[in-house]
Amino acid sequence: MNPTSPLYAKRRRRNVLTMGLAYGATGLGLTWLVIILAVLVWEGFSGLSWAVFTEMTPPPGSAGGLLNPIVGSLVMTVIAVLIGTPLGILAGTYMAEYGRFDKLTTVVRFINDILLSAPSIVIGLFVYEVMVAQMGHFSGWAGAVSLAVIVVPVVVRTTEDMLVLVPDSLREAAASIGLPRSLMIQRVAYRAARAGMITGVLLAVARISGETAPLLFTALNNQFWSLNLNAPVSSLPVVIFQFALSPYKDWQSLAWTGALIITFAVLALSIVARILAAQRKTS
Amino acid sequence: MTVAAITVPTVTHALSQDENLVEKVSVRNLDFFYGDHRALKSISVPLYHGKVTAFIGPSGCGKSTLLRVLNRMYDLYPNQRATGYVTLDNADILSPSQDLNLLRAKVGMVFQKPTPFPMTIFENIAFGIRLYEKMSKSELEDRVRHALERAALWDEVKDKLGANGLSLSGGQQQRLCIARTVAVRPEVILFDEPCSALDPISTAKIEELIDDLKDDYTIAIVTHNMQQAARVSDFTAFMYLGELVEFGETTRIFTTPNDRRTQDYITGRFG
Repeated sequence: MNPTSPLYAKRRRRNVLTMGLAYGATGLGLTWLVIILAVLVWEGFSGLSWAVFTEMTPPPGSAGGLLNPIVGSLVMTVIAVLIGTPLGILAGTYMAEYGRFDKLTTVVRFINDILLSAPSIVIGLFVYEVMVAQMGHFSGWAGAVSLAVIVVPVVVRTTEDMLVLVPDSLREAAASIGLPRSLMIQRVAYRAARAGMITGVLLAVARISGETAPLLFTALNNQFWSLNLNAPVSSLPVVIFQFALSPYKDWQSLAWTGALIITFAVLALSIVARILAAQRKTS
Repeated sequence: MTVAAITVPTVTHALSQDENLVEKVSVRNLDFFYGDHRALKSISVPLYHGKVTAFIGPSGCGKSTLLRVLNRMYDLYPNQRATGYVTLDNADILSPSQDLNLLRAKVGMVFQKPTPFPMTIFENIAFGIRLYEKMSKSELEDRVRHALERAALWDEVKDKLGANGLSLSGGQQQRLCIARTVAVRPEVILFDEPCSALDPISTAKIEELIDDLKDDYTIAIVTHNMQQAARVSDFTAFMYLGELVEFGETTRIFTTPNDRRTQDYITGRFG
């Protein structure tokens, strides 16, 4: 083809235009992210001190830290992952391995996708209804369960996706030496999909560590040190919510610091997840 | 269950009578269906112990399908079924009561693409052995070494048995898969286009290996490469559109085929 033809020139112009739009859209998206991070660091970094990690949330007007919400968040997150991960992995395994050709799998996948995008406040209300209302009081257990409900669909999805990516040739190879299906899944398929499955769990952790709405209805808040999961438990997102909306300067400053801590914790998790995902591709 | 009561149709392929052939695997009147599609039409063919049988034919003729019936690999998928008789040592392997894992331990398979497990070279081999036999560590090491030697891979990997199986080259991976298959001590080995993803040097090594292995096993190989079929096999089956057109000694099939279609295919006039 003649490179100076009008058709070619038109294509080049269209190419430049499309590239320009794509770069512009990327820039616009990144700008907001950078602004958010900058404001967060600007406002939150000054409040960062040893006391934040060693002292309890203070009453207005006195000094304090975020120890109880940090620990509360960690405990509820860990319990949520302990409940949600096995359930999610088992369900995802059923869908990708045992029930791949079943109608039930299609139904489960559809419902799971709905659950995946369900507003977390609805999940909070649901757990409020089935746990908090029944028990008669807010509790850390209810908070952990509502977070687990968010973990499950994420893990189901990534587990299924990652197992489906394991080539059938590997399953056939395992079968060809007389390996029963259960062992094939445990020893071959899980191993091949491991990095991706761990990434899924990390993404779920990242997702729940910033959730506020479900905790408002379940774990509520606790301004004192408490590891009693039968009682209200403090958490970072709820404390940020409460402190940021308060009229007190020192509370607002602590809310910024808490936001900074969550954001960087999630960032660190995402980076770890990325590194693991990259390993999956190269191994 | 035995098939003594079943009347086995006589196979009318001309064979040389001077050898005492043992029919290890017998396929009789085998039909195979993908859903409603009949992919194999009344196939009857023997596999002899100590011999290599090549299956040739154009793509889609059913040769890989036939291979996948012999270890019932098709059972992994829904809507696929086989009717007719396939016997291994006179026992019907299509019977619903057949233990598939035991069958597959006896009838090993090597695939088109090398498929090492995502584990170390040592574990790739030891894994299958441990499934069926309990043994000491030193015995296991001997078995792994023997299998790797059998697959002509030992010298290349003996210093890095702890390395990931996926770190090997394509040809080495394929020999690792052969070692893995041999390690389980099968009686029959099925090769499904084992060289089509390999370079000529690796291909030559695999062919040498097949020749080396055949005395102890019953071997079937599916190949698109006519020269390969001629080089490695003792018997050749030509398949076309789900039918077995012709079966006989490789030398005869490649020099004086009885069927016009066989002749056209091996001379490259169609397919």
